[in-house]
Amino acid sequence: MIHAAPVIILLPLVGFFVLTFGGRRLGDPSAGWLGTLAVAGSFVASIVTFLGLHSLAPHARSVVQTYYTWVPVGGLKVNVSALLDPLSLAMVLFVTGVSSLIHLYSISYMKGDPQFRKFFVYLNLFVFSMIVLVMAGNFLFTFVGWEGVGTCSYLLIGFWFDRETAATAAKKAFVVNRIGDFGFLLAMFLIFAHTGSLDYHGVFAHLGSVSKGTATAIALLLLFGAVGKSAQLPLYVWLPDAMEGPTPVSALIHAATMVTAGVYLMVRVNPILALSPNSLTVIAILGVVTAFYAATVACAQNDIKRVLAYSTISQLGYMFLGVGSTAYGAAIFHMISHAFFKALLFLAAGSVIHAMNDEQNMKKMGGLRKYLPITSTTFFIAWLSISGIPPFNGFWSKDDILGAAYHKSPVLYVVGAATVLLTAYYMTRQVVLVFTGQARWVENRPGVEGARAASVSSGHAASAVSAGQGGDAAGGHGGDHGGPPHEGPWIMTLPLIVLAGASVLGGLIDLPFGKVKFLDTWLSPVASGAGDLATESASLRIALLLVTLALAGAGILIGSRLWGARIDRPALEPELLQRSYYADDISSAVLTGGGGMFSRALSVVVDNGIIDGAVNGVGRLARWGGTVVRRAQTGYVRNYALGIAAGTVLILGFMLVRAS
Amino acid sequence: MASLFPLLSALHPVLAVPTIDRLVFAVCAVIVLSGALGVVLSSNPVYAALSLVLTLFGVAVLFVEEDAQFLAAVQVVVYAGAIVVLFLFVIMLLGVDRQESMRSERLPAQRPLALLLGLAALGELLALSRLTHWSTAPRGASGAPATGGGGNTAALARSIFTTYLLPFELTSLLLIIAVLAAVVLARRPGQHPIEPPSLVETEDPNMPMIGSDPDEEIEGVRNVDAESVAFGGGRGPQ
Amino acid sequence: MTLSGNWFLALAAVLFSIGAVGLLIRRNVLVMFMCVELMLNAVNLTFVTFSKMLDDINGQSLVFFVLVVAAAEVVVGLGIIVSIFRRRPNATADDLNMLKG
Repeated sequence: MIHAAPVIILLPLVGFFVLTFGGRRLGDPSAGWLGTLAVAGSFVASIVTFLGLHSLAPHARSVVQTYYTWVPVGGLKVNVSALLDPLSLAMVLFVTGVSSLIHLYSISYMKGDPQFRKFFVYLNLFVFSMIVLVMAGNFLFTFVGWEGVGTCSYLLIGFWFDRETAATAAKKAFVVNRIGDFGFLLAMFLIFAHTGSLDYHGVFAHLGSVSKGTATAIALLLLFGAVGKSAQLPLYVWLPDAMEGPTPVSALIHAATMVTAGVYLMVRVNPILALSPNSLTVIAILGVVTAFYAATVACAQNDIKRVLAYSTISQLGYMFLGVGSTAYGAAIFHMISHAFFKALLFLAAGSVIHAMNDEQNMKKMGGLRKYLPITSTTFFIAWLSISGIPPFNGFWSKDDILGAAYHKSPVLYVVGAATVLLTAYYMTRQVVLVFTGQARWVENRPGVEGARAASVSSGHAASAVSAGQGGDAAGGHGGDHGGPPHEGPWIMTLPLIVLAGASVLGGLIDLPFGKVKFLDTWLSPVASGAGDLATESASLRIALLLVTLALAGAGILIGSRLWGARIDRPALEPELLQRSYYADDISSAVLTGGGGMFSRALSVVVDNGIIDGAVNGVGRLARWGGTVVRRAQTGYVRNYALGIAAGTVLILGFMLVRAS
Repeated sequence: MASLFPLLSALHPVLAVPTIDRLVFAVCAVIVLSGALGVVLSSNPVYAALSLVLTLFGVAVLFVEEDAQFLAAVQVVVYAGAIVVLFLFVIMLLGVDRQESMRSERLPAQRPLALLLGLAALGELLALSRLTHWSTAPRGASGAPATGGGGNTAALARSIFTTYLLPFELTSLLLIIAVLAAVVLARRPGQHPIEPPSLVETEDPNMPMIGSDPDEEIEGVRNVDAESVAFGGGRGPQ
Repeated sequence: MTLSGNWFLALAAVLFSIGAVGLLIRRNVLVMFMCVELMLNAVNLTFVTFSKMLDDINGQSLVFFVLVVAAAEVVVGLGIIVSIFRRRPNATADDLNMLKG
């Protein structure tokens, strides 16, 4: 049964090729269905493979399937191979599952877009790369997937490339990713140098010869790569701008899959991390600081998608906190939970944007609960989940991490708990602004009671113009929304419902009670950390749990009271937070200013002066030499005769020396 | 004089040599060298030519002393008698007897360097002649004795007409060519213009062509810039 | 005992160097030619001396040929000089300076 593994990898690739070359003939909705079916097939294959792996004994659940000998050079042997073990299977299951739902959603969301087929081409390629990333059996092949998802992220963020903001955001994402990739590459070099292999099995077997310092270096370099991919401090700046892409892209890439690649990598190399406690501390601190930082910024955002973007950064910070606390199972659990509720949040937000004719400013929404029942209900479920309210999955996973964090250091717990408060607060703010309260958009929508009798086209134009920050110009309805906002077709609402169900029931996979810790048990052969073990007393656990619950409740209460009353609260939305601590402004000033100076210096001094100078100098030297030697050519025969005489003297001298 | 003999021989072996040889050599050396210096140092070319004659005679006597009588005779007849006369003809014909100014020397460092190099060459030659081990075996490679078998002329004749027959024939050919060359070169311009051979590509119209009027436009000859021709056209020393 | 050949060789060497120096110093073309003749004579003297020292007639045959060739050379050289001097009566060796770089 595990022989179905190649199918998982190949189906999206096949979909990519078919859509690239034959997509035009398929026509619009069919191309989308084909893409969806490819990924859904991949999901089915991964279930089959999972069952196959499950049938093996726990200690035997680490199968390497080699498909192709890729680099057999000297001491370096890298193959195209897949490592089928609990971690990769857990990842691939939720990746393909969530991807299929999002593909389905996109068929309706992208309807009418002139580049409909291209969207699915890219999506399939992305899923293929992600699967390669999580299923690869060695670092290099993982890196192939790593780069692949980065590239597809670029392609998809910049999908509407004729919008300058989108193109710029795509470049930003790619470049920042690449900075992290540099760390990944260096780590690979170090790994190969010290263990002689790049296969996961080979590397982990040879860790005995790696010193603590080297392990720390490798871990920190890999962390650097993960930071780039998973948008942690300081390389998070690309994620908010990545909201320029279509909403399904945000849901898939920037909520559920690509950004989790960094966490996956960290969990995958946990044997290396185990060798270096310092790196674990660094990871934990980085995670929790990022979580808090991003949560504060999310409190001041007005764009519905940007709130979710910063929220993603914050939740990823939690996952890193989990990794740093050696609670790998908890981190993966939170990853899966987050995938469900965050994808749900994004897709629902997409539905809202769609219904609001591409309006994304929350201050211009309100009271949508009446008009979008399914969307709002599913959104509420996700809201409660992310805030950490039982029995939804977010509660269980977040609590696992916080418990492990407390075990590592109470300070981490405190910061994490503060972030819980903030998370609940900003999510409640979002819910209140969007779904409850007064419908602030009514004036611009003819056909709704209380609306002005405005002309159809001006209403559309007005809302399109007011789509301030990065208007998600969903090609969607080929005309104006004349009537009240309404739900999308079943293709769009079905994924919402499925994901909501997953958020409700998702906690079951890893409840913190002994026997039903399915996920932790499943992952334990490859990723078991001390943090997963419930070593604290039960009462302590319950106390921590109650504290976080109280904080979550407080956050919800505060948010609803403040924002239900008034939407205009500039004191709570300071410029500092709105511009995310001016991070973008600072980095552009430093880099373009300083970087510009540096490049100018290099260009003028080094390139023009030194290099060109050297090359020209050679020419000048030759000419100077020529000028000097030229003086010997007087043209007078007698001078030349003198030369001959001199030569004769030399020859005679030579003979003399020989003779004596 | 005979009584001086043992005394002199005690001083230096060369002084023990029979007087006549020494005397002849000394006198001829003086003649040769003074003639040579006369050639080099005379500002008047006629004086130089006459000094050359002096040198040639001196060399001829030395030839006799070295039992090369035939060559001595040839030297006098050909060299002193014909060649130097030819020189004098040309000097007189062309009026080059104008005195060259020996005082000025335009090329910088030419004179000191020339003297230096000359002395260096001389020193090296002398040193070489002292240090090198000349083969003093009585016979050279082709092993024909200088003496015996009818005297010097006979021996020379034997060598030339047997061993060196081919070079002999070639030199006669050479002489014919030289005669032809002299006739053609000395031809006055304007007589029987000859078509320039197509081999000659670059021609300075100022340069005297073989048998043709330098001012005449010749078909097929490109007018080339004077710079590209070795011998300058019409300009004096710069 | 005859005079040792080394003296003759020394004399020839001196004659040769005088000729060489003269060639380098003089500007008058004909005098330069005469210096060349001096050098040739020095060489002849050397050959004859060796012929005497080694008791080999080849030295003298060589001198014979040198003499012939020198004669031919003088003829041609003077012919060239005559044709040059027709055009430029004041030519000296220093006029050949078109190869100045």
